[in-house]
Amino acid sequence: MSAKMTRACAGAGAGDAAGGGAGGGAGAPAGGSGARDRFDVLLAEHGERHQQKRRVAAALLRLVVRAGAVLTAGVLLLLIGFILVNGVPYLTPSLFAWEYTSTNVSLMPALINTLLMAGLALLMAVPVGVGSAIYLVEYAPRGSRFVALVRTTTETLQGIPSIIYGLFGMLFFVTALGWGLSLLAGACTLAIMVLPVVMRTTEEALHAVPDSYREGGFGLGAGRLRTVFCCVLPSAVPGILGGVVLALGRCVGEVAALIFTAGSIAQIPQFAEGAAALFDSTRTLAVHMYVLASEGLHVNETYATAVVLLVMVVVLNLAAAAVVKKMSKGARS
Amino acid sequence: MNNSLLEKKPATYLPKRQGGVKAGRTVSPRVLKPATGGFAGGAVKEHVAPVVTAEPGVTAALATASEPAAPVKMSVRDLNLYYRDFQALKGINLEFPQNQVTALIGPSGCGKSTLLKSLNRMNDLVAGCRVEGEIILDGQDAYRDVDVNSLRRRVGMVFQQPNPFPMSVYDNVAFGPRTHGVKKRADLDDIVEQSLRDAAIWDELKDRLKKNALGLSGGQQQRLCIARALAVRPEVLLMDEATSALDPLSTAKIEDLVGELKRKYTVVMVTHNMLQALRVSDQTAFFLLGEMVEAGSTDDIFTNPRDSRTADYVAGRFG
Repeated sequence: MSAKMTRACAGAGAGDAAGGGAGGGAGAPAGGSGARDRFDVLLAEHGERHQQKRRVAAALLRLVVRAGAVLTAGVLLLLIGFILVNGVPYLTPSLFAWEYTSTNVSLMPALINTLLMAGLALLMAVPVGVGSAIYLVEYAPRGSRFVALVRTTTETLQGIPSIIYGLFGMLFFVTALGWGLSLLAGACTLAIMVLPVVMRTTEEALHAVPDSYREGGFGLGAGRLRTVFCCVLPSAVPGILGGVVLALGRCVGEVAALIFTAGSIAQIPQFAEGAAALFDSTRTLAVHMYVLASEGLHVNETYATAVVLLVMVVVLNLAAAAVVKKMSKGARS
Repeated sequence: MNNSLLEKKPATYLPKRQGGVKAGRTVSPRVLKPATGGFAGGAVKEHVAPVVTAEPGVTAALATASEPAAPVKMSVRDLNLYYRDFQALKGINLEFPQNQVTALIGPSGCGKSTLLKSLNRMNDLVAGCRVEGEIILDGQDAYRDVDVNSLRRRVGMVFQQPNPFPMSVYDNVAFGPRTHGVKKRADLDDIVEQSLRDAAIWDELKDRLKKNALGLSGGQQQRLCIARALAVRPEVLLMDEATSALDPLSTAKIEDLVGELKRKYTVVMVTHNMLQALRVSDQTAFFLLGEMVEAGSTDDIFTNPRDSRTADYVAGRFG
């Protein structure tokens, strides 16, 4: 204890002496107590009080962010729990009957339609979205006005409510092209709706690829096509897949746009009879839920359907995450 | 290692330096000569100066005899380069002799990397870049007579930061040959092995060909990038500060490698490290603010610079 004291004292003394020497040597009278200049005094005066204020502010902020995190997780858990508790008991085999009737309110046709619809929509949206993003990032001259225009347009499109896409789909695909309320009209509408999502995320993913990969490719005499597809795209795939998953989520969850364009007939399109089935009216899981809920006769089955929808989305997300992980692991190890 | 290189160098290139001294004396009064003692110049002078005074006649004769002018592989004529309104290179004239190492030195922003990148037209990728003048490769105009992709095959490049592709070591090296149409596995195997051997990294990597290249150390990555560049059999190899991101040991390995490579290739390197230029290069060109101030044999530039700005720079007084 005493040793510590003396050492501390000695240290302070030495410090003072050194400070005094420096001050004198520099010949700069600092207005205050010789050894310390104005800034030292300022800092010393405000130090204590400021420290306290800072501690309080830090504690408050920590509380707020922690509460935010807890709240977010809580709401999610509550929601999932609520749906599971209300839905799981009513998951009966009859709910998964192949044919829908007004007594069994089977969700099977809707489940299959959902996969069909989302698959078709992504089949159209992903190539176009990824392709246009590649053009914008890799081919178009950087900073060109055309690129800026396209980017602004897609950003605007991203913010448009889905009901407006639905209205457009109805006026254009259903009426003008005469497709009727159909799988194809719905899928096309969804494709337009998720196109900006795919495009923007792909753009981000491509921007994130370091230019050194491009330089490496070009430097070896590879053309732009080979450089983009062999050097740039592979590292962007995880980001692009993330965008695809987002788009998938929007397709699976969409109701408004589909009621206007795909109708709500609860049956699987008759693909056995040919491609004309594309023009059959269909009902996806989300629309199915909406219809059941608005009829008000099968509330329990609605919850059960919600459970199935939830599980489906989670499974699709996990699958995509697994693919991404596998790909990025392949790149690292 | 560095020391040994430093000492070896002046001995090998003594004759050329002699010529330079004479030229220097006749052209201008070398006011700044005493000042070169501070840095690299001093180290060289200790070895070289005595010879100059001892037997000028003999060494001068040696100079002419041992310097059969190397054929010019690549040359730059009246090159002006603009980034939009900014003129980055002003009237550059420079020749790159075959099978020699040419170092481009100068402070940051002086245009040396820009010049390097215009040699294989990597500047084409920069928006707003405009090139006037000629760059000649084996008598052909690189900007008009040669397809840009085949130009980049013939004039390979190694970048400042190692930039292996995120794929296996093998695929990295095979990328170039595959790009240019080599498809057979056996051929690719041979090319990969030979290229890795040429880049002095085969022994380290022969058991890791299937491993991802991003897992290698920085020095290994850079030598892999050299191997990748060599795999398309370039005629000229451009190195843009290829060792600036590496530790001294990796740097030394790459410097040794460059000494080997010049037997097969013509090398042009940009470097901020003047000792490196001194150790590795045969020719040096000094750049300042977009102009080429002086070019000549490395020993001349470092010991008897004609221009006072060169003298100041190589003496470490600015830059």
